Amino acid sequence: MVFEYAPAPESRAIVDIKPSYGLFVNGEFVDAHGPSFKSISPSTEEVLAEVAEADEADVDLAVKAARRAHSRVWGQMPGRERAKYLFRIARIIQERGRELAVLESIDNGKPIKETRDVDVPIAAAHFFYYAGWADKLEYSGHGTGSIGVAGQVIPWNFPLLMLSWKIAPALACGNTVVLKPAETTPLTALLFAEICQQADLPPGVVNIVTGAGETGRAVVSHPDVDKVAFTGSTEVGKAIARAVAGSDKRVTLELGGKAANIVFDDAPLDQAVEGIVNGIFFNQGHVCCAGSRLLVQESVADEVLARLRRRMRTLRVGDPLDKNTDVGAINSAEQLAKIRALSEIGEQEGAERWSAPCELPDHGFWFPPTIFTGVTQAHRIAREEIFGPVLSVLTFRTPSEAIEKANNTPYGLSAGVWTEKGSRILKMANALRAGVVWANTFNKFDPSSPFGGYKESGYGREGGRHGLEAYLR
Amino acid sequence: MSRLDVRKTYKLFIGGAFPRSESGHSYVVDDVRGRFVANAALASRKDARDAVAAARKAFPGWSGRTAYNRGQVVYRIAEVMEDRRPQFVQAVRQGEGGTAATAEKELDAAIDRLVWYAGWADKIAQVVGNANPVAGPFFNLSTPEPTGVVAVVAPAESSLLGLVSVVAPVIVTGNTVVVAASAQRPLPAVTFAEVLATSDVPGGVVNILTGALDRTIPTLASHMDVNAIDLTGLAGDPEQGRALEVAAAENLKRVRRAPSAEPDWDADPGLDRMTDFLETKTVWHPIGV
Repeated sequence: MVFEYAPAPESRAIVDIKPSYGLFVNGEFVDAHGPSFKSISPSTEEVLAEVAEADEADVDLAVKAARRAHSRVWGQMPGRERAKYLFRIARIIQERGRELAVLESIDNGKPIKETRDVDVPIAAAHFFYYAGWADKLEYSGHGTGSIGVAGQVIPWNFPLLMLSWKIAPALACGNTVVLKPAETTPLTALLFAEICQQADLPPGVVNIVTGAGETGRAVVSHPDVDKVAFTGSTEVGKAIARAVAGSDKRVTLELGGKAANIVFDDAPLDQAVEGIVNGIFFNQGHVCCAGSRLLVQESVADEVLARLRRRMRTLRVGDPLDKNTDVGAINSAEQLAKIRALSEIGEQEGAERWSAPCELPDHGFWFPPTIFTGVTQAHRIAREEIFGPVLSVLTFRTPSEAIEKANNTPYGLSAGVWTEKGSRILKMANALRAGVVWANTFNKFDPSSPFGGYKESGYGREGGRHGLEAYLR
Repeated sequence: MSRLDVRKTYKLFIGGAFPRSESGHSYVVDDVRGRFVANAALASRKDARDAVAAARKAFPGWSGRTAYNRGQVVYRIAEVMEDRRPQFVQAVRQGEGGTAATAEKELDAAIDRLVWYAGWADKIAQVVGNANPVAGPFFNLSTPEPTGVVAVVAPAESSLLGLVSVVAPVIVTGNTVVVAASAQRPLPAVTFAEVLATSDVPGGVVNILTGALDRTIPTLASHMDVNAIDLTGLAGDPEQGRALEVAAAENLKRVRRAPSAEPDWDADPGLDRMTDFLETKTVWHPIGV
């Protein structure tokens, strides 16, 4: 007897999407000088809203508002008062959690169970965590003085969560911010702007400027921005590093990755398979720290792959608002084209492709969970970040071979290790050149835990006490 | 009849050996009054690449040593420097001028700085690392690790104290280094290399290039196997600093920008010359039975 899932859709009624949105500057929504762009739902391709596109002059107004707020209000305010604003924001995020989760799912395409259980609660937790630091900075080891105006540019994969990673520590340390959300996912940032109003946050402390690459360039290269924080592609990260060269701007970059998820023959295989699935199919693989290279010890490779394929057959791909959905929509047509192109290259270069059989919706952007076997280190799918639900499988025989293969990448954001042997975990954790190592787990995040990369995955850390360093002098 | 001096030609220090520049070029080093002192090797782009290769080769061994052992090795550098006091005093006076007393004072400070940094080897992780109280059943620990191969443009003016102050913090945490020594005042760096060669520092951990900076530092800044660059020696030259920072972006090197003026080397160094060349690694593991 086969049990079928009945649809369990989360209601959209809680969300009130406006037909159009302006920029959030100096505590108010204002019109932009330039044209607007559309934010669409990647699961249906319906237009959700018209969103203002900030040009250089708009960004300048936002930076001026942030500067005024920093010098007159926020930079002067005692930490204990700043803390209370952040606690307020954290509480409102929790209170409006369902609204934020539904809106994020609609705008981003990710499953409601992820926005509900991961994105929104951890975003609130970040504000709680950094709220508590605001009046304890003298114990941080990083100074107590704010830097000034932070220009922050965030990606589309975790829109609200990345916003919280950026804004919470900046505000706790007394800085003001101009934040640009990604052009495909601006809506939760604009709802966050409303939350700032609701919290009576002083005008200009948080400014949200929507737009695409040009708007982002205007934010990071504005001469009165003191600190640049960017999460996104390594290519753009390098462009930012060049743009700020020779200036006094402080920079943190959280960029791409090609993480190895290493499974030894003594690993608890069912747990490892769950970790592999979580590592690459969580958030449609739109995760900079995704475990996109599976390194499996040769002696258990067949068994691990058999279990992995069996598990992948149970993944439910479809409507992001259905509470049963495991894998949602690809965020944009552009990203889908990139995933398809690299997957085709994988086949052309000789790797073997397998996707779980699943019915994909007629509208929207979809890609089935996919693995490639027979992948070598020279293959492009083993070297380049695909940023989609595509896993490249390689094998190894000895721990030293696993280390060598894992580190054979210009990236160094994260890595995973699966083994029951404690000493081997610690040896591997030491040898892997990556900023986060998950042992017998994967894709875990917490506001108290520093996150960030080695090598071309960027520099600086977000989260924890370490995350304060970028925002203090 | 008075005895004729044996004039020395100074060489590079790469991988623990003292090669001449592969280019065959050398340059004249004069003292502060313009009198000939010695010939020194004029390092080429190829020498810079060789130095990076040597530093990379030395990195796994050096970073893999215990912190205690690295502290001992750096302390040993200080001990050996004490043995060579007259040579350092002479080298400092030739390049920087001043009295024997001021040169002695600079040497004292340089040796003391090495001792200070030596002590940090097994403490820095405790000061900048963290146990993180995550909201779940997980062990979660953040520890510092060396960034890798670091290129350092040594200060132009303070040829001994400044040199030691930029090299010691980079290596004590487990990085390996390629140093572009002060072009005008290379002799303390060359003497320092002789100290390193006769102490316990493994070959390749410190590599020293002498000669015109524009021949070597663009290569170091753009080299894809260099992980970080310290531009301290370009104090007051923002345009060159900017150009090198642009080149360094190609593989996202960590860049310590040039200050507007050469720092006061007698000031308390703080931690940032160490922490600028450290990465934070965070390890998670579930807690359960």
